[in-house]
Amino acid sequence: MVANEGLLASFRVLDLTDELGFLCGKILGDLGADVIKIERPGGDPVRRLGPFFKNEPDPEKSLYWFGFNNNKRGITLNLESSRGRMIFSRLIAGADFVIESFLPGYLEQHHLGYAAVSRINPRVVLTSITPFGQSGPYCKFKASDIEIMAMSGCMSLTGDPDRPPLRVTFPQSYSWTGSYAAMGALIAHHYRQETGQGQHVDVSAQASMLWAFSHAHTFWDLNRHLENRAGSFMTGRSITGARMRVFWPCKDGYLNFIIYGGEAGRRTNQALVEWMDTKGMAPEFLKKKNWSAFNIADVTQEEIDRMEEPIARFFQGITKKEFFEEVIKREMLGYPVASVKEIFEDPQHAARDFWQEIDHPELGCSITYPGGFAKFTEGACRIWRRAPLIGEHNEEVYVQELGISSAEFTRLKNQGVI
Amino acid sequence: MQSLKDVKIVEFAAFAAGPVVGKHLADHGATVVHIESKVRPDGFRTHYPPYKDNIHGLNRSGLFALCNNDKLGITLNLKKAPKATELAKKIVAWSDVVIENFSPGTMARLGLDYENLKKVKPDLIMLSSSNLGQSGPHAHHAGFGSQLSSLAGFTNLTGYPSGPPQILYGPYIDYIAVAYGAVAILAALDYRKRTGKGNHIDTAQYETGLQFLAPILLDYKINGRVAARNANRDPYAAPHGAYPCKGDDSWCVISVSSAPEWEALCHVMGNPPWSADKKFSSHESRKANEDELDRAIGEWTCSLTARDVMEKLQRAGVKAGVVNRMCDIYDDPQLKQRPQWVELDHPEIGKMHYQRPPFLLTRTPPGPAKRDPLLGEHNEYFYLELLGLPEKEYEGLVKEGVID
Repeated sequence: MVANEGLLASFRVLDLTDELGFLCGKILGDLGADVIKIERPGGDPVRRLGPFFKNEPDPEKSLYWFGFNNNKRGITLNLESSRGRMIFSRLIAGADFVIESFLPGYLEQHHLGYAAVSRINPRVVLTSITPFGQSGPYCKFKASDIEIMAMSGCMSLTGDPDRPPLRVTFPQSYSWTGSYAAMGALIAHHYRQETGQGQHVDVSAQASMLWAFSHAHTFWDLNRHLENRAGSFMTGRSITGARMRVFWPCKDGYLNFIIYGGEAGRRTNQALVEWMDTKGMAPEFLKKKNWSAFNIADVTQEEIDRMEEPIARFFQGITKKEFFEEVIKREMLGYPVASVKEIFEDPQHAARDFWQEIDHPELGCSITYPGGFAKFTEGACRIWRRAPLIGEHNEEVYVQELGISSAEFTRLKNQGVI
Repeated sequence: MQSLKDVKIVEFAAFAAGPVVGKHLADHGATVVHIESKVRPDGFRTHYPPYKDNIHGLNRSGLFALCNNDKLGITLNLKKAPKATELAKKIVAWSDVVIENFSPGTMARLGLDYENLKKVKPDLIMLSSSNLGQSGPHAHHAGFGSQLSSLAGFTNLTGYPSGPPQILYGPYIDYIAVAYGAVAILAALDYRKRTGKGNHIDTAQYETGLQFLAPILLDYKINGRVAARNANRDPYAAPHGAYPCKGDDSWCVISVSSAPEWEALCHVMGNPPWSADKKFSSHESRKANEDELDRAIGEWTCSLTARDVMEKLQRAGVKAGVVNRMCDIYDDPQLKQRPQWVELDHPEIGKMHYQRPPFLLTRTPPGPAKRDPLLGEHNEYFYLELLGLPEKEYEGLVKEGVID
């Protein structure tokens, strides 16, 4: 562990979330906050989610857990026992933030809802993260990633027009929700630091995904035009309804290249034609094209198709790496479709010290993690500690910090409270 | 009182990655000044449909509107140095926070980099949001989020195993960076309050995106596994997918990740004979026969409406939902109840659905309260009343094309 110099080092967070809210606590932890992950005795069921370290399914080897619960200490506590609730109340008294993702009503049922929390500590910011929010007709609905992606509208925009709507294969909605929840918690924190008054922050996963598809709905709002899934093509850039190819097969995979307008687009189109010309692959009509008069907003499908045909032929002959190097050198827009392997090979990350080696002594090795989400001139943002083992900090938190006697601690363990 | 009433923000920013950070803070009461110029309006005004009635116009962009509610719109032509530079510094001295998302190096060329701005505002907080970061061999490469989402691995994970990657609508990764950017500013504001120290924050949209992929990055490093797209499939659930429903291009989603959920699904379907087949009796066997399983479930869903499927299954404790389309989300009963949308009048667009944050603060409810500004709409109000320029000086700057 490194001495913590994060911006939020003086604040404590109690984290009661499942995967829907993991990232919220991690983000506050990245900024230095003391985040205590509270698991049920025996450990969080999410620890059964893979992938696993060396493919060995084991609650202490879940890479899903490692990735999203680092920067947290870990304790176990049974909130459904009265003794457990009493201990939780004592933890609340010393906390600045509480984050939870139970179904609405669960905490109230156990007398730990916002009203109870604020009676114990009116300064606390309680952030509740659920699929659909704390109230409303769907608030008790169950949802995993795919239901959230569907209900937000996101899936309607991904997939081929003649096949089912698609989600992203690796769950996205949990991370969107966790990161926007952190924003909400910190806005409430700002108010609390001004006024001394905490509050309840109600986060909806369905609503958190709305920004993921930007402005697609405004086409409906303004012009009753329905944006729909279009496979590998981009729509909505031209008022004629023309669609532009986004993904182009190349020698060893796919490239993301789009015929854009605007200043950057014109520069890119010009640079591409020059590059094609160095290999004798730029047709005359492209070389003669007056790019400064090219307007993407009223381009027709016919014109786009004519331009894309020779470009497609050109891209088939180059590799992803070649494309990446040339777009950087020629200051063109476009990137290869990278896999996780290529992300590790990108020299930009090494130059920025993005990757962090974190020790896992019980596994006998260190693991490479994506590091802090931002660089600050004052205060660091980074991984300070690996994810906790089950109950790893029970003694530290309960005995050393909360002052529970060793005898009582043992009794609580035997009673299944801890 | 709204949470951020005391915070003053100035944006040297355009498109999404910078301005939507400001939008979220404006929703909670911050005073946010969006700087543009007539020679260089925000690119969302000029290049990105939709425009109301498909008629192009600087004040007709739905996308600009969505990203800039509750802000003050002013013009300042930064090319008119040195007077424009001096005025920009005056604005920064008035503010608490600067948000900029120019290509790295641009603010320095304008004489407005953090070192320079710190001289006029020693405890300044400045967020520089860029594609790949302010340092490193690729720092100067400018780009758009719709393509960066590919470099950061997202589109490689979208689509069918045997087909091409598929797009995520719009500049997907920009809005990930937006959440992190706002978080960074809020943490820096808190730190400044306690220590008096400002901060320069460097967010690479690329690096913020990778936060969302941590487990599969670890999986590659440790196990050598390269995560790949697999349509709607999930290793821990079957069925898990989108199924056709009654109506034109109407779909529901269903996911089953436990034995009780499977039994409940079979019960709701009326326990058809196929569902009792050994092929579907365990998670493992359902995974092994997933194509057949999907077809059978699709045959059940296609005679029902998506809402029907969702309500029947949810009542039985099975995860299910409707695939909302862009024409559905303003009327989705849950989003409507929240309410997620605020309809405001805009002089050229008419009624427009502005978007509330996905988190609601119960004691200090967020906006939107005001529509987005027309280009340069608040010049007089901002320069004269908030910044306190003498009227004569203001008029001179307008005449010289500095405020333009």
